[in-house]
Amino acid sequence: MVTSATSFGRSGLHDWVIQRVTAVVLAAYVIYLAAFVFSAESLEFIVWQGLFGKLWFKIFSLLALASLCFHAWIGMWIVSTDYIKPTGIRMVFQVLVILACFAFLIWGAQIFWSV
Amino acid sequence: MQFSIYRYNPETDKKPRMQDYELEIEAGSDMMLLDALIALKEQDPTLAFRRSCREGVCGSDGLNINGKNGLACITPVSALKGKKVIVRPLPGLPVIRDLVVDMAQFYRQYEKIRPYLINNDEPPAREHLQSPEDRAKLDGLYECILCACCSTACPSFWWNPDKFVGPSGLLQAYRFLIDSRDTETSSRLADLDDAYSLFRCRGIMNCVDVCPKGLNPTRAIGHIRSMMLQQGL
Repeated sequence: MVTSATSFGRSGLHDWVIQRVTAVVLAAYVIYLAAFVFSAESLEFIVWQGLFGKLWFKIFSLLALASLCFHAWIGMWIVSTDYIKPTGIRMVFQVLVILACFAFLIWGAQIFWSV
Repeated sequence: MQFSIYRYNPETDKKPRMQDYELEIEAGSDMMLLDALIALKEQDPTLAFRRSCREGVCGSDGLNINGKNGLACITPVSALKGKKVIVRPLPGLPVIRDLVVDMAQFYRQYEKIRPYLINNDEPPAREHLQSPEDRAKLDGLYECILCACCSTACPSFWWNPDKFVGPSGLLQAYRFLIDSRDTETSSRLADLDDAYSLFRCRGIMNCVDVCPKGLNPTRAIGHIRSMMLQQGL
């Protein structure tokens, strides 16, 4: 058992499952959005507002953004533990990624709910 | 035939160098690379490499041959392409001398997975019996000869050799996890449930590509994850 302080979860299995579930959510969101863009007759403001104004799509969008943040936290943590060897730089990088994920999540929620 | 061989003696050399050798090999010869190295050692007795059984069973002569890990004793020279055969030590491990590497890190990871049968039940009168079906589950696992070709071909092992168990150790871990006579399945799984030991495998599959015994550590790692998932959900 190897300990890790800044990983998303405390268990390897937990992070592994989250990484896969969030990937499925992201794929579903991207596919839905792409289908919407290609099937819409026009892409005017009113059409976009119609989509993003619906409560279920706000929840779906927030879920996708949260998935992106968790996915990025886990993924960037793994990349940093592979490639950044000096502990100080590694720690700064990991903390920056976590803070950025948190900030983008709150910012995104505010944007989605302002429509 | 021309050879370019990695030479390094940490006691006298500042840095490693590649040394060229030439060896007359008869056309149509079925010589193995190990035989060629032994012949080259006669030319130059300072050349150092490990070998023992010379038939792919002991796992002593794992080398990086033309960029791919393999056992010198079962690699026919006739199968090696290119003008020069480039022979280097297994990548990622400290070099003791020339083609001889320090395997301590590799063995430490092997030790971690407790590579022995643990059975806490009352000992049977004669022996622990196993059905032929349960015994068959060990096929493709027990054959590992610990040559380290797989683990030293794995980028995840290069980056975290102290934390990631590596393909060889994980293949062995699954060999004991799936053994019907072993009673420590849960604690074995718990030992591997961190971000590195098992989950640092990214499915690159270099291990499968190089294994001289044709084993599949990536599949074993997948099975361990499934076992963990069944316990964890």
